[in-house]
Amino acid sequence: MKRGLRYVIFVVPVLLMVGFLGILWAGLGHNPSIVPSPLIGKSAPTLILPRLRHPAQMVNRSYFLGHVTLLNVWASWCISCRYEHPTLLWLKRKGVRILGVDYKDKRTAALDYLRKNGNPYQEVVFDRRGLTTINWGVYGTPETFVVGPHAIIRYKYVGPISLRVARRVIYPLVRRLDSDGPST
Amino acid sequence: MIAEIGVYALILALLLALSQSFFGLAGAATRRLRWMAVARPAAYGQLFFMALSYSCLTYLFVISDYSVRYVAKYSNPLMPFFYRVAGVWGAHEGSMMLWLLVLGIWTVLVAIFSRKLPVEFSSRVLGVLGVISSGFFLFTLLTSNPFVRMLPPALHGGTLNPILEDPLLVIHPPMLYMGYVGLSVAFSFSVAALISGRMDAAWARWTRPWTLAAWVFLTIGIILGSFWSYYELGWGGWWFWDPVENASFMPWLVATALIHSLAVSEKRGAFKSWTALLAIAGFSLSLLGTFLVRSGVLISIHAFALDPKRGMFILILLGVMTVLALILYLWRAPLLWNTGGGFHFLSRESFILFNNVLLIAGCGAVFLGTIYPLFIEVLGLGKISVGPPYFDHVFIPIMFPLFILIGIGPFVSWKRGTGSKIWRRIRWPFFFWFLAALTLILVAVRQNWPIETLLGTVFGVWVLLTALIEPVRRLVLRFRGEPARLTPSVLGMSIAHFGVGVVVLGITVSTTLGIWRDMPLKPGQSYQMAGFTYRFDRIRPARGHNWKGVRATFSIHQGRSSFAIVHPEKRRFFPDGGTTTNAAIVGGVLHDLFVSLGNPLGKGRWSIRFRYEPMVILVWLGGLIMALGGFLALCDRRYRIRFDEPPYLPLDGPGPSPDSGMESHS
Repeated sequence: MKRGLRYVIFVVPVLLMVGFLGILWAGLGHNPSIVPSPLIGKSAPTLILPRLRHPAQMVNRSYFLGHVTLLNVWASWCISCRYEHPTLLWLKRKGVRILGVDYKDKRTAALDYLRKNGNPYQEVVFDRRGLTTINWGVYGTPETFVVGPHAIIRYKYVGPISLRVARRVIYPLVRRLDSDGPST
Repeated sequence: MIAEIGVYALILALLLALSQSFFGLAGAATRRLRWMAVARPAAYGQLFFMALSYSCLTYLFVISDYSVRYVAKYSNPLMPFFYRVAGVWGAHEGSMMLWLLVLGIWTVLVAIFSRKLPVEFSSRVLGVLGVISSGFFLFTLLTSNPFVRMLPPALHGGTLNPILEDPLLVIHPPMLYMGYVGLSVAFSFSVAALISGRMDAAWARWTRPWTLAAWVFLTIGIILGSFWSYYELGWGGWWFWDPVENASFMPWLVATALIHSLAVSEKRGAFKSWTALLAIAGFSLSLLGTFLVRSGVLISIHAFALDPKRGMFILILLGVMTVLALILYLWRAPLLWNTGGGFHFLSRESFILFNNVLLIAGCGAVFLGTIYPLFIEVLGLGKISVGPPYFDHVFIPIMFPLFILIGIGPFVSWKRGTGSKIWRRIRWPFFFWFLAALTLILVAVRQNWPIETLLGTVFGVWVLLTALIEPVRRLVLRFRGEPARLTPSVLGMSIAHFGVGVVVLGITVSTTLGIWRDMPLKPGQSYQMAGFTYRFDRIRPARGHNWKGVRATFSIHQGRSSFAIVHPEKRRFFPDGGTTTNAAIVGGVLHDLFVSLGNPLGKGRWSIRFRYEPMVILVWLGGLIMALGGFLALCDRRYRIRFDEPPYLPLDGPGPSPDSGMESHS
C-alpha cells in the first residue's frame, strides 16, 4: 500500500475522536431530564375535582376559560413545595390567578399547611390519588402549568419555581397572554 | 486540622505526580539516567501522600466532622461504622479520591514490576501514568475537593443514597475502579512504545498481564454491579442497558479484544498497530464512562450530582489524552505497518481477527445506542431515548458468530491451520454437541420454547463442550504417560471460555423463560405462578437503625409442600427520606423466586411483583468463572521469570541491537 494512503487511514481515528468530543462538548449545556411536555399548545385535559374546602362542590375545565391561570400541583408533604411557596405568594400579590391541585395528600394536613404558610391560591382542588392529574402528565410535585384563557396549555415547569424563574419567565408570560386574550 | 492535612497531602501527591511525569518522559527523551531514576520514587511518594489524604477523608467520615461539607452531606452517625468507611466513595468527590488511590496503587505496582524492563521504557510508562494522575489530581483539587470546609458547621449530617447502603457498596466500586483504572496501564505501555517507536513481541508480553489483570477486575466489578441491581433495585432484572452500565461494558469489550490481539502480537509479532489502538481505545472508553457519569449529559440511575464545570474539565482531560495519544499513533503507527508475519485465511490469526472485529462491532453498537440520544439532542432533532429492545436486537446477533468462533479458534494453528487437524480436535465435542442439540430441539418442541431459547442453549452448549477439549485432551495424554503440560495460560483460557458458555446459557434461559407478573393482593390471598403458590400472609411495620418501613410475609408452596417463607420489605430512610424496595429472593441453581412489594392500592391491597427467574444465577456464576480463568492465565510463569535473565538493553555502549532477543521467546 502506498505510504500516503497509510497515513490517511491512521488519520481517521483522530478525526472521529475530535468530532465526537465536539458533540460531547455541545451536549454539556443540555439537561437530559427536562422533557418537553407534549401538552404545550394543546387544549387542557379533563379536570373535574372537588374543592379542598368544600368537597361537595366540583371545579371543572371551564375554570380556565376567560383568564390566564397558573395550575400548580403541590402537597403538604412535599419539601420542594415549601421552597416555591414564597414565589407563589409573590405571584399572587402580582395578581396572578393560581389554581392549586393538592396531590396525594390528606385534606386536614393540606388545610393546615395553607393556614400556617399563607394561601397563594385563588382556588384549591383535591386530587386524593393523583388519578386526574396523571392526564396532565404529572407524576410528582411540584409542577406548574400556565394555561391560557382558551384553556390552552402554554408552558410547563417541573420542580420548584424560583423567584428568578417567576420574574423572568412565568410572570411575563402571564402578562403577555393576558393582553392577548379577551378581557372579561 | 485533619481536613487541612488531607488537602496538603493531595497537593503534595499532585506535585510528585507532575515530577514523575516530567522526569519520566523528559529523562527518557534525553537519555538522562538520573532523571529517569526519579520516576520510580516519585510514584511511591505519590501513593504515600494519596493514601494519607484518603485516610484523612475516611477519618473525617468516621468521626462525622460536619465542618467539612462533603462529610456533612453524606456521613451520619446513624449509619453503621462499616458504611461510614465505605461511604467515602458513595458520592462524586470521594469516588474521585478512590479513583486516584487506585491509580496510585496501579502506578506503584507498575513501578515495582517494571524494574527488569529497559529503563527508558519503564520510565516512559511511569511518565505517562504520571500525566494521567496529574490530570485527575488537578480535577479533584480544582473542581471536586472533598475537604472544603463549611462555616458554620452543619448541625446534622445528610445520608447516602439509601440504595448504596448495602454490603456490595464496599466491594463493587473498588473492583470496578481497579478495572477501569487498570486499563490506564495498558494505555501507558502502548503510548510509551509509540513514543519510542518500537513495538515488538516483548512489548506485547509486558502489556498482557496488566491488561489481563485489569480485565479480571473489570469483569468482577461488572458482575457485582449486575448482581447488586438484581436484588437491590427491587424491580428484578440484572442488566438494563443503562448508560452507565454500558460505560463499563464498552471498555470490557475492548479489553477482551485487546487480550486476544495481544496474544497475536506476542506470538506472531502481527497486529501491532491495531493492538496499540485498542489499548488507547480501552482507556479512552473508561474516561468516557467517567465523563458520562459525572457530567449529567445522559440520564442514568448512577448519575452523580450534576455540575457542568466538572463535566467540562473531564471532557478536556479526555480530549487532551485521547487526541494526543491518537496523534502519536498517527505519527508512529504507519512505521509498524505489516511487520509481522503473513498468515493464511485458516489460521489462529484470522480467527482472532474475526473475534476482534465482532467484539469491536458489538462495542460500536453499544456505543451508538448510548450516545445516540445525546447526538440527536445536540443536533436539535428532538429528544429520544434508546432502550433495551435496540440493544437486544443489535448487540446479541453480533455475538452469535463469536460463539461459533470461540469453539474452533483455540485449535487452529498459528500462521496456517489445516482442516483435518482442527476436525480431529473437535470431532468428539462436536458429536456430543450434536446429540445435545437434538435433545434440546426435542425439549423445545415439547415445552413450546421460543426459538431464542433453543438458539441460545444450543450455542451455549457448543461453547461449554469445546472449552473442555484442551484440558481433557491434555489430561488424557498425561494419563497415558505422554508428555503434556496443562499450563495455567491454556487452562485459564479454557476456563474463561467455559465461563462464556455458562453466561450464554444463563442469559438465554433467564430472559426467554422468565415470567413476571404484577398482582394486586391483600393479606390472606394467594397467587399461583410457574408451579408455585405464593400466599400473602401478613404485612407489618418494621424498622432498622436508620429506616422505618413495612415488612410483608409470604409463604411459598410447591404443590402441597412448603417451599419457603420470604419477607419483602419497603424501607424509608431518615433523615432524608429516600426509599428502597428490598425484594425477597429465594435463590437456587435451577431458579430464583422473586417477590417484591409495590405500592399500597388502598383497602388493604398491595401491588406485588412476582418473578420466576430460571437459572439466572448462571449469569453471575459464568462471569466469575471467566474472571477465574483470567486470573489463572495471569499466573502463567512466562510473565514472571523472563526478565530475570540478562540485564536488558544497557543504555550506552554496545549490546544487543533493539530488534534482537525479542522474537526469540515466541
